[in-house]
Amino acid sequence: MAGVKTDQDVITYRAAVAEGIAREMRRDPSVVCLGEDIGGAGGVFKTTAGLFEEFGPGRIWDTPISEQAIVGAAMGAAMTGVRPVAEIMFSDFLACCWDYLANEIPKVRYMTGGQVTVPLVIRTANGGGLGFGAQHSQAVENWALTIPGLKIAAPATPADVIGLMASAIRSDDPVVFFEHKGLFASKGPLPPDDHVVELGKAAVVREGTDVTLVALASTVHTALAAADTLADDGVSAEVVDLRCLIPMDLTTVLASVGKTSRLVTVEENPHQAGWGATLVSVVVDEGFELLDAPVRRVASANVPLPFADALEDEVIPTADKVVAAVRSVVNY
Amino acid sequence: MAKGGSPPDGELVQLLTPEGERIESVTGSDGTVYRADFTDEEYRGLYRDLVIVRKLDAEATALQRQGELGIWASLLGQEAAQVGSGRALRPQDMAFPTYREHGVLYCRGIDPIMPLGLFRGVDQGGWDPNEFKFNMYTIVIGAQTLHATGYAMGVTMDGKTGTDDGEAVIAYFGDGATSQGDVNEAFIWAGVFNSPLVFFCQNNQYAISEPLERQTRIPLYRRAGGFGFPGIRVDGNDVLATYAVTRAALDHARLGQGPTLIEAYTYRMGAHTTNDDPTRYRIASEVEAWQAKDPIKRVRAFLEREQIADAAFFAEVDEQAKRESLHLRERVLEMPDPAPVTMFDNVYPNGSPLVDKERERFVEYQASFEGSAH
Ligand SMILES: Cc1ncc(C[n+]2csc(CCOP(=O)(O)OP(=O)(O)O)c2C)c(N)n1
Repeated sequence: MAGVKTDQDVITYRAAVAEGIAREMRRDPSVVCLGEDIGGAGGVFKTTAGLFEEFGPGRIWDTPISEQAIVGAAMGAAMTGVRPVAEIMFSDFLACCWDYLANEIPKVRYMTGGQVTVPLVIRTANGGGLGFGAQHSQAVENWALTIPGLKIAAPATPADVIGLMASAIRSDDPVVFFEHKGLFASKGPLPPDDHVVELGKAAVVREGTDVTLVALASTVHTALAAADTLADDGVSAEVVDLRCLIPMDLTTVLASVGKTSRLVTVEENPHQAGWGATLVSVVVDEGFELLDAPVRRVASANVPLPFADALEDEVIPTADKVVAAVRSVVNY
Repeated sequence: MAKGGSPPDGELVQLLTPEGERIESVTGSDGTVYRADFTDEEYRGLYRDLVIVRKLDAEATALQRQGELGIWASLLGQEAAQVGSGRALRPQDMAFPTYREHGVLYCRGIDPIMPLGLFRGVDQGGWDPNEFKFNMYTIVIGAQTLHATGYAMGVTMDGKTGTDDGEAVIAYFGDGATSQGDVNEAFIWAGVFNSPLVFFCQNNQYAISEPLERQTRIPLYRRAGGFGFPGIRVDGNDVLATYAVTRAALDHARLGQGPTLIEAYTYRMGAHTTNDDPTRYRIASEVEAWQAKDPIKRVRAFLEREQIADAAFFAEVDEQAKRESLHLRERVLEMPDPAPVTMFDNVYPNGSPLVDKERERFVEYQASFEGSAH
C-alpha cells in the first residue's frame, strides 16, 4: 500500500468530467465545447465548471436551446477539423436530435468512402435513481447501440471518466459519452496527467470464480454490492465493467465466462432490447460450451420510469435482484 | 386615466403602469384596440387570483425546501402573464402548458394539489386534460407547441371555428423554447393551416442561466412576421393588458382568422427551479429593477386609488390565500406512497406479454419477502 492519500488525490465523478475535457483542451487547441448552460453557469450538473473561465467564449459555446442544432452543428464544425464536444443536457433529449445521431454523423465516413470523418463527442447526463421521472432519467446507451458507426462509452468511476474522455476526444470516430447522473457525487482517485483508457477495453473490477457479472456505469456499483453479499454466502462473483458498448470487449467477457461458467448481466436500460441482449447473444453463440447454467439478465422493468422514488427503486436493478438472479444460476 | 394611443414599435402594450395608473386603451399596429373594461368585482377578482396564485407557489417552494417535494419551478414574477391569459380563456378553449403554468392551471379550475403528486413523487401527477381543457405539464422544451398545433388542426376539422363561440387553442412556452426547431415548425404549420392557435411566449428573460441574447437578435414577437401572422408584445406584468391582448388573439383564432404570437414581457423573479442558483448568472440590481414592476403591487395601487377595494378586502384576500396554502400543505403531507406494483399500470391498456410476465414475477418476488425482516 502506498502512503496516505491526501484530499488532492481524490476527485468526484462530476469534477472528473470537466477535468477530462480540460486536459484535452489544453493538449489540443482544436477541441471546443458546445451546449446549453455550459458556459459561465458551468453546466446544470456542474460538469463543465471552470471551463469557461479557463478557455473563454471562443472555445466554450453556450448555445441557444436546440438539441438538433447542437449536434447538427457539431458535425459541421467537425468537418472543418475542429473537435467538438457537444453536450446534450439529459440523455433523454438525444431523441430530439436523432436524425443527426442516427442518419448523419455515423454515416459520414461510410458514405464518403472514408474520405470525411467527423471526430466529435456527444456527452450527456444519463440514467436514473434520482426521481427525475420518465423523461429525465432513462439509461439510453442501448439507443446508440442500434446504430453502427457510433462508439459508446459509459464510465463508472472518476478515473475512467478522465481516461475514456481522453480517448473519446482523440478518436476520429463519433463517440456518444454517457455520464451517469447517479454517480456525479461519487469519488475516486485522481489519475495522473497522461491517463488514457482505450475505448473498448473492459475492466475486471473484482475477481471471482463462480459467476461473471457484466455491468456498465451505475450498475458496476450495483454488481459490486451484490458480489459483497454473495461472498458472505460463499459465492465468488467476478465483476466486469464493460466501460464501452462499442467497441464491446467480448474477449474479456468470454475469458471471464470461461473461468466462471456462469453469466449475469446487470443493465439499467429496460429489459427489452437492452445492451445485455446483444452481449448474451454473442456469448451464447461463441461460448455456449463454456456455460454451465442459463444466462440471466437483470435489467429495468419494461415500463417508463415512474416519478415516484418508491416506484423508481423497484424498476431499476438493485443489488438484491442481482443476488437473487445469481442464486438462481448458481443453484441451477 | 391616461388616454393611451399606439405603442411605438417594440414597446409594450400596457393598460396599467407599474405605478398603478390605468391607460384607457392602446391601439396595436394592425388597428386592434386593446382595452380592459372590467367591473369593480372583476378587478377585485383578478387581484384575488394574483395573490392566491403567488401564495400557493410560495407554499410549493417552501415544501420543496423542507424536503416535501422533489423539485418546483416557481412562477414568481409571472403571475400577471398567467392570470391575465388564463382568465382570458373561454371555457371551451384548450391550453397546452409548460411546467411553470401553475397560475393558468389555477384559472382553469384545477385543484392545485393535482400537479404536486408528480413533484412529490407519489404519482405521475394527473388531471383529465379534456375535462379541464388544460393539457399535462410538458417538460421536453417546445414539444407542446406541436401538440397544440395538431390539436388546433383537429378543432378546425371538427368545424369548431368561425363563430363567436368557436374554440381556440393556446400554447405556452418560454423565451428559450423559441430556439427549438419544434416551436418554429409549429409557427409554420399554424400559419399554413391558418389554425386557431395562440402562441403565448412568456419572455421571462432567462432560460435557466442563458439570457435572452442567447436565443434571439430581434424582439421575439417580431418573429411572427416572418411566419406570416401577427405578433404582439404585451407587458406581462400587467394583468389587464395581458388579458386584453390574449382575449383579442383568442377571439381572432376562434373566428377562423388564424394564429397570433404574443410575447408577454416579464421576469423570472426566482430560480429556474429549486435546483438552480440564479446568483451564479445574474446581478441583484437587475432583480431589484424588476421588483419595481411587480404585477401585484400595481393592481393594489390601482384598486386603492380608485377606491375599488378597502383594507378589509385586502386582509380578507390575504386570509383566503393563507387558508388555501395551508390546506394545500396539509394535503401534500398526507399523500400516500403508491403501491410498488402500480409501476406496471398504464404501460399498455390491455397489458403486453413482456410487461405481464414482469408483473407476475414482481408480485412473486415481493411475496418472497413477506414476513421476513427485509
Ligand atoms: C428538449 C429539452 N432540452 C433541454 C431541457 C432542459 N431545460 C429545462 S428548462 C430549460 C430552459 C427553458 O427556458 P424557457 O423556454 O425560457 O422557459 P422558462 O423555464 O424560463 O420558463 C431547459 C434548457 C429540456 N427540458 N428539454
